[in-house]
Amino acid sequence: MNTAVVAIKSQKKIDFQRVLEPYLYLSPALIIIALIIITPTIVGFSYAFQSIELLNPFNGGWVGLAHFKAMFADRYFFSALGNTLDWTLISLFFQFFLGLGLALLLNRRFSGRKLVQALVFLPWAVPTFLSGLTWAWLFNPIIGILPHWMSSVGLLSEPYNILSDPQLAMYGPIVANVWFGIPFFAITLLAALQSVPSDLYEAAAIDGASPWQVFVKITLPFLAPMIAITVMLRTIWIANFADLIIVMTSGGPANSTQTLPSYIFTTAYRRLDFGYASAMAVMLLVLLLFYTAILLKMRSKLAKA
Amino acid sequence: MPDVTKTDYIKLFAHRFAILLYLIFSLFPLYWLLKIAVTPDKLLYSEGVKMWPSKLTWVNFELVFTQSEFPTFFINSAIVSSATALLTTLIAAAAGYAFCRFKFRGKLIISALLLITQMFPLVMVLAPIYKIMAPLGLTNSLLGLVIIYTAFNVPFAVFLMQSFFEGIPRDLEESAMVEGCSRFTALRKVIIPLTLPGMAATLGFVFTAAWSEMLFALMLISDSSVSTFPVGLLNFVSKFAVQWGQMMAAGVLALIPACIFFVFIQRYLVQGLTAGAVKG
Repeated sequence: MNTAVVAIKSQKKIDFQRVLEPYLYLSPALIIIALIIITPTIVGFSYAFQSIELLNPFNGGWVGLAHFKAMFADRYFFSALGNTLDWTLISLFFQFFLGLGLALLLNRRFSGRKLVQALVFLPWAVPTFLSGLTWAWLFNPIIGILPHWMSSVGLLSEPYNILSDPQLAMYGPIVANVWFGIPFFAITLLAALQSVPSDLYEAAAIDGASPWQVFVKITLPFLAPMIAITVMLRTIWIANFADLIIVMTSGGPANSTQTLPSYIFTTAYRRLDFGYASAMAVMLLVLLLFYTAILLKMRSKLAKA
Repeated sequence: MPDVTKTDYIKLFAHRFAILLYLIFSLFPLYWLLKIAVTPDKLLYSEGVKMWPSKLTWVNFELVFTQSEFPTFFINSAIVSSATALLTTLIAAAAGYAFCRFKFRGKLIISALLLITQMFPLVMVLAPIYKIMAPLGLTNSLLGLVIIYTAFNVPFAVFLMQSFFEGIPRDLEESAMVEGCSRFTALRKVIIPLTLPGMAATLGFVFTAAWSEMLFALMLISDSSVSTFPVGLLNFVSKFAVQWGQMMAAGVLALIPACIFFVFIQRYLVQGLTAGAVKG
């Protein structure tokens, strides 16, 4: 009887340990995330409704929805919104299709494939500030060759820096972003391609299917889930990505390359207006959540149909 | 069948040619960086846009090493990135192990939370973090950067470590536990040695990410003695806008550690990028 109680008690102790053990391993990660990501996010939400200007410390306090009202009257906010859309969609389009092309090319055996793979994936490892500077230099007619090439094929009337032309400046950071982002899509899609069972291809070859039919009927359906998830996540990531723009144009000339994240950064970093910056960040977050919700809804509808 | 071989050759040629185009596009900007760095200043205006200068020089690298603050920036970045990589890998290994080997209450919620943190606009927390860090003396401090970078790299590193743990058969530690090892001893003696390559890859990924971070560094650091490389380089560019050779030589310097780690983590790229699909 007695021993049974002891056994139950020690059993309980073991259970207790077993229950607690995973949390023990998790706790450092959870604590640092709670302190450095979650707390500031909540604080950031509260800033959106306060006046916090470091250059104007006495002008503090709660202001309700004043920042959001100001936002709707701020034409730079709306132009930044439009630029964010251009920046995200154009970058994503080229990153995805060029990445898919590269993945298809690499999904074939040839000698030196490993080396080629390492070299074409290298841009991904280049620090983003350096990618931005390198491309900004390439667009500079004094030390860069791109303006000269563009003018000799007739894209530009004379070799000048497109980064200082409000009409064309956005293409500078977009090209840099495409260069940097192709490897990401190539790598994830290559991994998905390699998971397509090879007997399917063999069967298609026996049936005499054309390469295009094979791609549409076999390859694409296998890639579809991977494509759906990476494109969705990547859209959000690109929309939030401001480094290249800040380095190459800092939003200029005449705000022509200012996206929402770069505008938020400039408002916080240069104007030190934390309240307005946070209000715009909340708006950005709401828009991104909205986008995700629509996409998930569309996906579940498609799955049902 | 001569026709077949002919189209085969055309296909082969097209394939190699397309690959060549991708190679040129990937490598040309880096080649250009290196080229300007070794072009003598005098020749820049006459030969700046030629494919290769008529004379080479190492002067720019010498100036960067001896006359500039770049060695300090380099060391600061190296300290911050290595410390971040070590701390993140330790924390993520523990959490990844918990995710892989335990069933527990809240598992789904916690992993969803980790995923969500990756989708948040970074700019959202810049201002609050500055306000929180300033009174703690963590602005203008390398420690401050290490703490922030660790927090933002942990979620991705957890997914990565989890995927490495999944690759280790459970039987191994179970048989060790049957033979009387505690779970922790089994972890220490059996699992950790097997995950060392995975940990090394995680170290590499996090190091590269920390090396390239600039928004927090710009926001939090104003003192040049604690500047990391991006902050130092961007300040240099805005101050000495025509010192092309030196700027590019410094750029080449920033490229070196990232490239070393890249070669080192190349094998794990697929695993890393699928785990960090959100991160890039």
